[in-house]
Formats: sequence, C-alpha cells, structure tokens
Amino acid sequence: MDREVNRDQNQAREGSPWKGLGVIIAKEMADHLTSARMRILEILIVLTAAGTGYAALQNISGFGNQDEFLFLKLFTSAREPLPAFAGFMGFLVPLVAIALAFDAINGEFNRRTLSRILSQPIYRDALLLGKFLGAFGTLALVLAAIWLLIFGIGLLGLGVPPTAQEVSRSFLFLLTTIIYGGFWMALGMLFSVLFRQTATAALGSIAVWLFFTAFWEILANLAAQSLLPIQHGFLEELMARARLELVLSRISPNTLFVEATVALLSPAVRSLGLILPFELQGAILGAPLPVGQSLLMIWPHLSGLFAATILLFALAYIAFQRKEIRV
Amino acid sequence: MTDYIIETNNLTKKYGEFIAVDSLNLQVKPGEIFGILGPNGAGKTTTILMLLGLTEPTSGNVNVMGYDPARQPLSIKSRAGYIPDQVGFYGELTARENLAYIARLNGLSKSESEQRIEFALEKVGLSEVENKAVGTFSRGMCQRLGVADVLLKKAQLIIMDEPTQGLDPESVRGFLNLIKELSQDGISILLSSHLLHQVQEVCDRVGLFHQGKMVLCGTVAELARDVLGAGYHVQIKANGKIIDDLRQIPGVIDVKFQAPDCYSLVAKRDLRAEAARVIVNAGGQLTSLDIESLNLDDIYNTYFKEVNHGPRG
Repeated sequence: MDREVNRDQNQAREGSPWKGLGVIIAKEMADHLTSARMRILEILIVLTAAGTGYAALQNISGFGNQDEFLFLKLFTSAREPLPAFAGFMGFLVPLVAIALAFDAINGEFNRRTLSRILSQPIYRDALLLGKFLGAFGTLALVLAAIWLLIFGIGLLGLGVPPTAQEVSRSFLFLLTTIIYGGFWMALGMLFSVLFRQTATAALGSIAVWLFFTAFWEILANLAAQSLLPIQHGFLEELMARARLELVLSRISPNTLFVEATVALLSPAVRSLGLILPFELQGAILGAPLPVGQSLLMIWPHLSGLFAATILLFALAYIAFQRKEIRV
Repeated sequence: MTDYIIETNNLTKKYGEFIAVDSLNLQVKPGEIFGILGPNGAGKTTTILMLLGLTEPTSGNVNVMGYDPARQPLSIKSRAGYIPDQVGFYGELTARENLAYIARLNGLSKSESEQRIEFALEKVGLSEVENKAVGTFSRGMCQRLGVADVLLKKAQLIIMDEPTQGLDPESVRGFLNLIKELSQDGISILLSSHLLHQVQEVCDRVGLFHQGKMVLCGTVAELARDVLGAGYHVQIKANGKIIDDLRQIPGVIDVKFQAPDCYSLVAKRDLRAEAARVIVNAGGQLTSLDIESLNLDDIYNTYFKEVNHGPRG
C-alpha cells in the first residue's frame, strides 16, 4: 500500500537511506583495525604516548610536587627534544585521520568493488556515512586507548589519583582531539571522492595540513601587516592589527585545536585573546578557572571545528551523490 | 503488471550534449537470456546502470520487475543481481568473507547466509578455495565469484556487463555453461557484450546497439534475415574464373568475391549441387562448398558496414 502511495506522489525515495549503515561501519572498523596501515599508526602513537609520558614524568618529579594539577602536566609538560603529548597529538592526529580516510571512496573505485556494493539494496548515503563513521570510530578507539595509557602511566608514576577536575579536563581534551581528527578525516574523505587516484587524494590532504601547520601563521601575519599597517604607533593601531592577526589565524583548524588544548589543560589560562594590564585588575593571577569556565572559553573553537567537519562532509556527500559510478 | 521483466519506454540519458542512450525501448521477457550487443561506447553500460537505479535517466520510463529504479531502487536491487564489467572483490578478504559482507548488506540472518554461501560457492565451483584470499584468484575465478555473489540474494534477474571479457577460452566456455544453467533454473539474464559468437551461443534474443539506439532486436535468425537478406549463404572455395558462371545459375541472388579462390554466394534455395557442376564444367577446381551458418559476426559486420557506408539498399 505504502508503495502505491509513494508512487502516486512520485517524489519519495523508497526505504531508509541508512539501511545497511551498521554493516558498513562494522566492516570498515574491522578492516581498519586489522590493516597494516593501522599497525604502523598504532606503533607510532604508542611510542609517542610512552615517550612523552615518560619525559613528562621525569619533569614532574623535578617540580617537587608543587603544582596543583599534576595529572594535566602529563599532557603538557615537555622535555627536549620531544614536544609535549598535547603538541604531539596536534601533529599526529591529522596524519592518522587522513591515513584512515584518503582512500575511502576512490579505493573502492580502483578495486572495482564500488558498483558491486552499490548494486546491493543500500543507498550511497549509507556507504559514505558508514565509511566516515567506521574510520571515526577507529580513530576514537585508538585515541581513547592512548588516553588511558597516559592515565595509567600517570597513576603508576605519580602515585596520586587524579582529581575530578583533572579527569574531566583531560576527558574534554580527548573529545577535542577526536573532533579535531574528524575535521581532517572529512577532508580526506572529500578528496577521496574528488580524486580518482588515492595518491593524489593523500597528497592533497597532506598539502592542506602542511599549509595550515607551517604557512598559515606566516600568511596571517603578513596579511595583518599589509591590511593594517602601523602608521603612528598608537596602542589602538597595534591592538587592531594583533586582533586581526588572531582572527585570521583562527581560520586554521590547527590554531583552534592548540588554543582549545591550552585552555583545557592549563586551568590558569583565562583568556585566549589579547589582555591589557588594566583588564587584569582584581584578578588573582595563577588562580585556576573552573572546568565550566574553561569550556565556555573554547566553546566557539569546538563549534567551529565541528561545523567545519560537517561542512566538509556535506561537500563530500554532494560530490559522491553526483558522481557517476561507472568504471 | 506488464508481461516483461524489464521494460523501458523512450529511455534517454544525456551527458551534457552527448546522448549516451537515445529513446530506448527495450523489452525482456521473464526467463530469457537477452544479449545487448554493440561496440564500446554504444550505451550498453549506461543502460544497465539506469536499469539498476545507479544512474538517473534524463527522460523516459523504466520498469524492472514492476518497480521504478529511480524511486524504488532498493526493491530492485534486492531482487536483481549485477555483475559489473571486471567485477572486483576485497583482495585481503577470503571468498567466504566477501560473500558474507554482501549477505549482511542484504539483511540475511547468519544461519541463512551460511547456507546460501555454501550453495552459491558449490554452484560456481569455488568451494575448495572458499577460505583463500580473493587477491590470489584468477580473473575467471573472480567472475564466478561474481555469480556466487548474485546467487546469494536469490536474484530473479541477473544483469552482467561484459561477463566474458578478459577470460581465457576455457573459462569462457565454463562461464557460458554456468549462464545456461542459471537460465534453466528460471533466472532471467541480461548480458552485454561485444564478443559476438559468445552471445550467439547463449542468448535467446539479442539487441544491437549503435550510438545509443537499439537498431535491431530479435533472435539471431531474425536478425540474419533482416540484415543479410533471406536465403542461403554458401561459401565456395575453388580456383578458376567461375564467378560469372555462378551468377548465371537460376536462383542465385548474388556472388561476392571474398578472397582469392574464395566466394560467397547468396541464393534463394540450396543449390550446392548445381554450383559444383558449374564450377567443374568451367574448368575450376572445387575444394570446398559449405552452407554458412547464421553468424552474428556477419550480421554485425554487414550492419555496421552499411551504416558507415551509406544506407543499405
């Protein structure tokens, strides 16, 4: 009966677009978790966690346990030549996310499996979202495992249990890292739809990552200098230029992630923008903010990352729906 | 309901200015093997993709098993199997794992899928290698696994795109036998190919595609009558100047020179005996005299020669 009704209206597409989604997610995750690519990434990440965790532990013992947030120091404390764990993640997570997504669709094309899969009773929607969620689940799983690893190292090495404040802050850091990974994953996915060659898609994604990591800061700086040149040396001029530079640099997902990380893992940070001395009147310097206040501070950052992820995924979705699947 | 398992009505697909499929009216009866023939780029694959709802028609109607592919693709795709041109599988998974994934996508229960996979692998003769990674399979094995793949969902209709391309002669023979077996089990089959003698061997009816149009449609015998003209085709191998003498035999429609000492004769009746006498009387040496079987290759060649060199008269 329903079918007849649909037919008369001749508009509605039969069935749910998510039919088969669970099957695809399960298959993708199984593939990722058993693939050689994932082995390499896992080794890389575990080494990172162990290395930075160990270095941080040694640093912390040197502090004489003065600090209030010892556990958070595990994530932020660095010892030459290694950067801190949080910094390392900002660098590694995009690579892992891209590695999981760059051949999602074009890989199926090249293996000539795409038309066979799409001739099963599922829609393209389910395939694309299933691929994304499968890779995303894998990433979340791996990052959660590493987060627990760092926690374990901390418990063993420090011998003090983390406070609720520390647990919630580091958990929010984990979530932020996963969302950040989602952005690069959506980018890799988009390129995997746009480019037929997997190597091109991988290179394209890496190029965008490199652009934001290495060049965006410089470009933001240059743009601010040329748009708002300092003519008289007034404070207002300097402030305006610094603000513009900050706004520009925040277009980069890297900046968003780094700022969010700083706010989450360093409770004493009370602003991510410019602060003039008079604005600090009455503030107790070094006093930690509650978790809620820190979260409030980075809420725009998280929303921005999330929105960018959804935007990229939507673009990938549109491109994939319009793609001719003939090989 | 119509009497056809596939019916299209003025089906058209344009890519920009290019018309890939032009006002196609295709009808396939239940239980038959229908062959789509044509050179590359004639619109065969595009037609198949539109039948499955994998590409949207620009205009026209399609009806596959009573469903509209553009609006009800799931109903069609759960009842029809598609074996694409050079079908691919996940190389790192075994044959059984590949099939199990497809079974899950079709929503089969675990016990049911076990049973059907067993049956399908048995049917295509891959039971012995079911736990080997598909990456090690030959082209022919992959193609048979493709058939197992569509048997899983108990398809009533199987659509194959160039199923024998790239197979060695032995595999081709095996595969054509498999197609015949499937047809005997009551499955309707639509296959596209440009390898004519193979299509001729298995197909009940064929449609000849040219530049997006189906220019001819019918059994091989019907096409032969349409294109090659009615009558008997006799191939003569003999030396000597015999062509004019042959032309004067009553009942001969035409005699064509094919190659040195080789002629093709079209006649209203079987006049091999008279032809032999004429050749011998003319002083020629007769080496062979054969009735040509109706051959798709000839139909095809003749048709396209006429299309390319002006209308046939």
